[in-house]
Amino acid sequence: MSDKLENIKKLNISKPLLLDCKQTVKDFFLAYETYGKLNEFKDNAILVFHALTGDQFVSGINPVTKKEGWWVTAVGPGKAIDTNKYFVICANVIGGCMGSWGPKEIDKKTNEPYGLNFPVITIRDMVKAQETLLDHLGVEKLLCATGGSMGGMQLLQFCVTFPNRTFSAVPIACGTSHSAQNIALNELARQAIMADPVWDKGKYFKKNTQPKNGLAVARMVGHISYLSEKGMQEKFGRKLQEKADYEFSFDADFQVESYLRHQGYAFVERFDANSVLYITRAMDYFDLSRQFKGGLVEAFKNQKTKFLVISFSSDWLYTTKENKDTVIALNASGADVSFAEIKTDKGHDSFLVNEPEFLKTLKGFIDSMHIKFKNEKRI
Amino acid sequence: MKKEFKVIADLLPKNVRVLDVGCGDGSLMSLLIKEKNIEARGLELIEENVKKCIYKGLSVIEGNAETELHQFPNQSFDFVVLSQTLQAFYNPEKVLKDLLRIGKSVIISIPNFGYWKVRTSLLFFGKMPITKTLPNTWYNTPNLHMCTIKDLFHFCLEKNIKINKVIGINENRTSEIKKSNLETKNLFSKLGIFLLS
Repeated sequence: MSDKLENIKKLNISKPLLLDCKQTVKDFFLAYETYGKLNEFKDNAILVFHALTGDQFVSGINPVTKKEGWWVTAVGPGKAIDTNKYFVICANVIGGCMGSWGPKEIDKKTNEPYGLNFPVITIRDMVKAQETLLDHLGVEKLLCATGGSMGGMQLLQFCVTFPNRTFSAVPIACGTSHSAQNIALNELARQAIMADPVWDKGKYFKKNTQPKNGLAVARMVGHISYLSEKGMQEKFGRKLQEKADYEFSFDADFQVESYLRHQGYAFVERFDANSVLYITRAMDYFDLSRQFKGGLVEAFKNQKTKFLVISFSSDWLYTTKENKDTVIALNASGADVSFAEIKTDKGHDSFLVNEPEFLKTLKGFIDSMHIKFKNEKRI
Repeated sequence: MKKEFKVIADLLPKNVRVLDVGCGDGSLMSLLIKEKNIEARGLELIEENVKKCIYKGLSVIEGNAETELHQFPNQSFDFVVLSQTLQAFYNPEKVLKDLLRIGKSVIISIPNFGYWKVRTSLLFFGKMPITKTLPNTWYNTPNLHMCTIKDLFHFCLEKNIKINKVIGINENRTSEIKKSNLETKNLFSKLGIFLLS
């Protein structure tokens, strides 16, 4: 995979970055992609933060996997986030594996991949690295920043750490901290990877291999949590996979099993097991209120950004209640916040799939914000 | 434009912070922003209306005023507006208390059950009244606690809520309602608008 990564856009960040774990790093890469053009007024830039297993290839065809970008339903020419109109930026998070500084990159000290020598990073570290990219691209203030799931967590962190860097923000299906249930599910994913003997305390790269079975199981856990009970029942029910009867074996008799196996093993082709460990850890450590003595109200104090929080009714990973708690905190801080719950059976995955009501809401908000931002900037 | 909204807009000073509870499609908020440069926020139950507000660039929170007003801090708005929904709550007294907690002042409008057409409908036809301001039949009305201008007037006195101004609307005519003319205005106003604090 690494040979395919050479032609992707990378920013070398030379400015030292003090990580939350107290290590300082400099001269590291941030891989990114942009879509559309920054206009002369520089008022049409939108920053997208990707989720746990996403990357910088939001739209079009991902040049590495040759598959469609992960948010092609929302971003592209004529889409909700219209790249004919807007300049869309997305960076691969640090700790990731699509060209940014992560555990599979070469550690200059040892001349071999970091593996577990990679520092434990946080959502705040990821966001700080991405802010540098905005400077590099000449974007002083974004029209909007958005992201779902871990992308939404990065977004909230971004708004708090850099209060004046975006005019508007759309956190989708996320919260201000990771819940016990979410930590537990992440732990399940990590345990699956670490229980695979190939993992070898993160040193599998020495044998040029991956803990495929563990990583696939980790991905299966994720996939279950991204769907709703009802959605899963409707999609698969008890349907059998290309067979008329049970085989009385442990092969994938049911379609849902086949689906999980397919998703699990497809994931292994494009993702690094150690990256899953590091990124899930960053999610678990995320807790905005912990960063401020006065809690969330203090965190969101003096926000000028206009927020639209979106939740999905059947999302049990980041429930409507959790999203609403963010709204309550923003309200309590006097921030300008809107909130909409999209009624859908598609679960947490709703923001990634074609969910027309969600896409219409996203488009309506961003377009109206663009008019406001233009008025503010061009007068 | 609804006469009611015009009256509400006239009651509000410029450049204040207003929370519109049950803001619908955002018509009143748009008016207040345009004419009074007001910082307007809305709370709305119906998803379709929430989206209409968002498309207009208005700030709106999808939620139920009956159960979700607690999210707004004390005295966080100069004014809270509640247009023709007080009668639809399970517990209007609690909602009104919450509104007075959130806003320094509160503007409430109610469809007046004391309006003469409403009274005669019940008196002469023996049927629950259906009028422009009360368009639903008895079995599908969202109104649980209908009241008259006089009822709300007395309620405020009883609960020590300060009445700063009451305006009655009948068609396009508006008039100020005071203790002295309460009986007649209660008979001839379709709508009552209360400015409370």
